[in-house]
Amino acid sequence: MKIVFTSQGPDMDSQMDSRFGRAAYLVSFSSDDNTVVAISNSEVASEAHGAGSATSKKLFELKPDVLITGNGPGETASKVIKLMNIKTFANAHDMTLYEAYEAFKQGKLKELAL
Amino acid sequence: MTTPPPYRIAIASGKGGTGKTFVAVHLAKMISTSASCTLVDLDVEEPNDSIFFPEMELESRLVYKQIPEWNEERCTLCGLCSKTCKFHAVMQLGDSVIVFNELCHSCYACSELCPNDALPMKNQTLGTIGIAKSNQLTLVESRLKVGEEQAVPLIKKTHRNLQTEVNKTDYILYDSPPGTSCPVVAATKPADLVLLVTEPTSFGLNDLKLAVETLRKTQKPMAIIINRYGIGYEDVEQYCEIEKLPVIAKIPYSRKIAEAYALGHIVTESDPELLSQLKNVVDFIKLHRNENA
Repeated sequence: MKIVFTSQGPDMDSQMDSRFGRAAYLVSFSSDDNTVVAISNSEVASEAHGAGSATSKKLFELKPDVLITGNGPGETASKVIKLMNIKTFANAHDMTLYEAYEAFKQGKLKELAL
Repeated sequence: MTTPPPYRIAIASGKGGTGKTFVAVHLAKMISTSASCTLVDLDVEEPNDSIFFPEMELESRLVYKQIPEWNEERCTLCGLCSKTCKFHAVMQLGDSVIVFNELCHSCYACSELCPNDALPMKNQTLGTIGIAKSNQLTLVESRLKVGEEQAVPLIKKTHRNLQTEVNKTDYILYDSPPGTSCPVVAATKPADLVLLVTEPTSFGLNDLKLAVETLRKTQKPMAIIINRYGIGYEDVEQYCEIEKLPVIAKIPYSRKIAEAYALGHIVTESDPELLSQLKNVVDFIKLHRNENA
């Protein structure tokens, strides 16, 4: 299973970024072989509009099964995520990516109905 | 003899709720007693000038913006549209292309550059423009559709439509949206003079400064109207003096004015002090017009 996290840093020890569109990184973790791939999302910071749209394009290219984030994606990103059938879990605030992954495995994160 | 072009005055503020509409509707009423005047409500997200002219019935028509629509059969999935769109409004996801209407700025880039004409532009309702005439006063109301995010395209379309329709009017008043962002720049763009309505509070001053800085960039002549004058804060006047901005009227802080206005009444007839302050504004406008003719 491939899981993408919205993250403030490039690895699994980083803190979660509660934002989707303006997340600093998208970190992709494969639970099959424990590989981690980080994609910087820094160029979105200079965009006045369309951050959700730009970030969801990256998400699409990562093709994950699951997205774990904080606040939950906005309207534009939600459309894309829905189209891609990605299961989305929110409320992963104030924790590292590892902690968020553990919380997800234990069923402690809330799945969003997009 | 050719008729001179209309003289265009924008009423703007910076801070919301300082009295733009109050000033705009009263000026329109006063100017139209002696000259032809068109009042254009460009506060498109919440236009309310028409409330003060209940006898004038607006004839409204729909206004559209152009949005690309994906034609699946013609598309070869080359990805050019997705790469071209600066606003991330057109996105290719696998074997489909999605258009986010609310992000689109109608720039036509994706549509024009598409080698297969797979993104033709289609009309989408943006809002309405309503017009009513009564003697020397013409009222124009520009109203954005609920849910539409961008005010600028509608404001620009309103300006463009007015070029042909109100050429013969002596004065055009633009009641602008609040703030200092793109809609304000668009609303005040054709103006020969901008009247900034402020209030003597620290909030009023802070936002007045922002408005002045913005309008200096667009090189608009400005004059200041202080509304709710007399509530004790003098920094606004000091600021205007330092910045050499003429304060052309001080509308008194009055419960009586507020009560009448809240009922949708034009107040001048019953308030000599307000009447004299508004006359100052009209005199200034006429003087400014003659000096810049």
